[in-house]
Amino acid sequence: MQLLEFQAKELFREYGISLLDSISSTDIEEGRKHAKQLGYPFVIKIQVPVGGRGKAGGIQKCQNDDEFDIKYPQVMDLEIKGEKARAILLEKMADIKKELYLSIFLNRSKRCYTIIASAEGGVEIESVKTQIIKEIGLGDVSDEIAKEVAKEMGLEGITAEGVVDTLKKLSKLTIEKEAELVEINPLAIMQDDRVMALDGKFVTDDNANFRHDELQKYQERTEIEEQAEKSGFSLVELDGDIAVVGNGAGLVMSTLDMLSDNGGKPACFLDVGGGATTESVYEALTLISKLDRVKGILVNLYGGIVKTTVVAEAFLKAYENNLIDIPVFSRLKGTESEKAKEMLQGSRTKIFDSVEEAINAAVMGTKK
Amino acid sequence: MTDIFGLLKGKPEDSDYEKKGVIVQGITGSYGSVHAKQMIAYGTNVVAGVTPGKGGQKFEETVPIYNSMQEAVDATNAKISILFVPAKFFLAAAKDALNSGIKLLVAIPEHVPIRDTMEALDLAKQKGAVIIGPNTPGIMIPELIKIGIMPPMPFKAGKIAVLSKSGTLLYEISDALTNAGFGQSITIGIGGDPVNGTRLIDAFEMVKDISDLEGLVIVGEIGGDSEEMLAQKIIDLGFNKPTVAYIAGRAAPKEKRMGHAGAIVMGNYGSAESKVSMFNKANIPVAKRPAEVPVLLAGKMEK
Repeated sequence: MQLLEFQAKELFREYGISLLDSISSTDIEEGRKHAKQLGYPFVIKIQVPVGGRGKAGGIQKCQNDDEFDIKYPQVMDLEIKGEKARAILLEKMADIKKELYLSIFLNRSKRCYTIIASAEGGVEIESVKTQIIKEIGLGDVSDEIAKEVAKEMGLEGITAEGVVDTLKKLSKLTIEKEAELVEINPLAIMQDDRVMALDGKFVTDDNANFRHDELQKYQERTEIEEQAEKSGFSLVELDGDIAVVGNGAGLVMSTLDMLSDNGGKPACFLDVGGGATTESVYEALTLISKLDRVKGILVNLYGGIVKTTVVAEAFLKAYENNLIDIPVFSRLKGTESEKAKEMLQGSRTKIFDSVEEAINAAVMGTKK
Repeated sequence: MTDIFGLLKGKPEDSDYEKKGVIVQGITGSYGSVHAKQMIAYGTNVVAGVTPGKGGQKFEETVPIYNSMQEAVDATNAKISILFVPAKFFLAAAKDALNSGIKLLVAIPEHVPIRDTMEALDLAKQKGAVIIGPNTPGIMIPELIKIGIMPPMPFKAGKIAVLSKSGTLLYEISDALTNAGFGQSITIGIGGDPVNGTRLIDAFEMVKDISDLEGLVIVGEIGGDSEEMLAQKIIDLGFNKPTVAYIAGRAAPKEKRMGHAGAIVMGNYGSAESKVSMFNKANIPVAKRPAEVPVLLAGKMEK
């Protein structure tokens, strides 16, 4: 999961990484109390799980009560890359000398953790030419490596010590919380030469969730996504009107691509997992029936071992229980497909021999 | 470099040539037992199963079950194992296998924590062993040996190597290849996780020197940069066998995990555009649909 800035900073604080004073809130009344506590001037920062907040106006300086009353709601109402504010963070203004960059991320192709650091911070790291890169195996950062990084960044004295200390704490955090990415951008050098994390990004390994009850409070899911997870499905909500269901992540992604190529707009990505049973397909239809915007369902199952009649039964049961009243366009690969077609004759489920035909029919059938 | 055919088939002078023994870890579980039966039906020589606490019993009245991998390996001398245990027990089971002398470990479970995969990989490196997966459908030489969960129908013996991150797309595309007359010499499931025991580039190393190889199919998806690395490798080596790719996830939104733990685009890292453009650079056509793969492959062969 990806944490919001204020959540990442909660962890930073717990691990002793230096931060400015800040308080998060979800409405203006609460925010007003925090403003008093914190004292002006401060910065109002939108909390969304995407980058580019500054450019989009999601970070505003605030000097007094009048500004607060105007800017807090403004920032709260912003939508950045389709993401609405989850919260607002008020953070004390900083007197910065210089901005640095520091992160530890999981290098997938090298199959190890990697430090990226730079003496240029506050901008997207991709655009920075002089990056310091160190591979660190399973994530442990020795004093020696941390000192090397600080030196290569051109730092000395207490600033260098601050970077070494921050890096070692980031390493501990990465290992203990099983992060895929921990990023501080910018890591600021203050007027007194100490360093402080002004922003925080934190992505954890979802597959390790079972070992991290303490992180579960940060998990953000829609009700439907939660139900999907309980059923062992993967579901990603999208904003179109054709629900896409299949077995296997690759196959469902591929179906999504082909649907989009043909002018269709997917309403969701729903992977019921490798196999497909009457129960799993029925469960998938139940989930989709809760998405109001859906005008049609596109089903692409590569059964292999699965009998398509088993899947057809799920559709019949769904009609019997009045679960769905929208058309279903389906391609079922597997045994007994002729019999499955017969079973569904006259129902709202159409079976097609190829996924291309099913997609065309779905696009035509939902156009109105 | 891993001699994968040596591991899977052996040498003609071996007494167990083309009948290499395979141990199934988690053979009595619901998933493990179904697929153990399917593998046996396919002709894979399943010589033992391991389920702690069930040692001494027999699976399907023929395959002996042991309590530990050491016992199973001592009794059978097998070098290959397939692992069906739940994700949270993966690391312990993988260590058990690698410490007992297993040289090829096929790890089926999905949702294995990355740290556990990396620890298992460290051990595999020390032991000179290969891990395929986790979250892989497995590996097979069609009509000879199947170590995985793939259904048999899509596959036919032949001379095309197929490497795939996705299970169902491996079946789908192999099916299309088979129907077009392209059988497969080997298919390797990489798995959909962020960290793979055998990366696309490693799988390529395993198949690139097959003497009668007539073509290569790469089935990738969004996330990471293993497709880009492979494309670069193909350019660097001047590998010139007909090669076609497919990339799933062009229409996927950024920053969202699309079913597979590894299928996520972060910024531009892992995007379909990046992969397609690298394949284009390597003069490898990228199919828009799975059904287009054999068409493009045939086109490449004519040139």
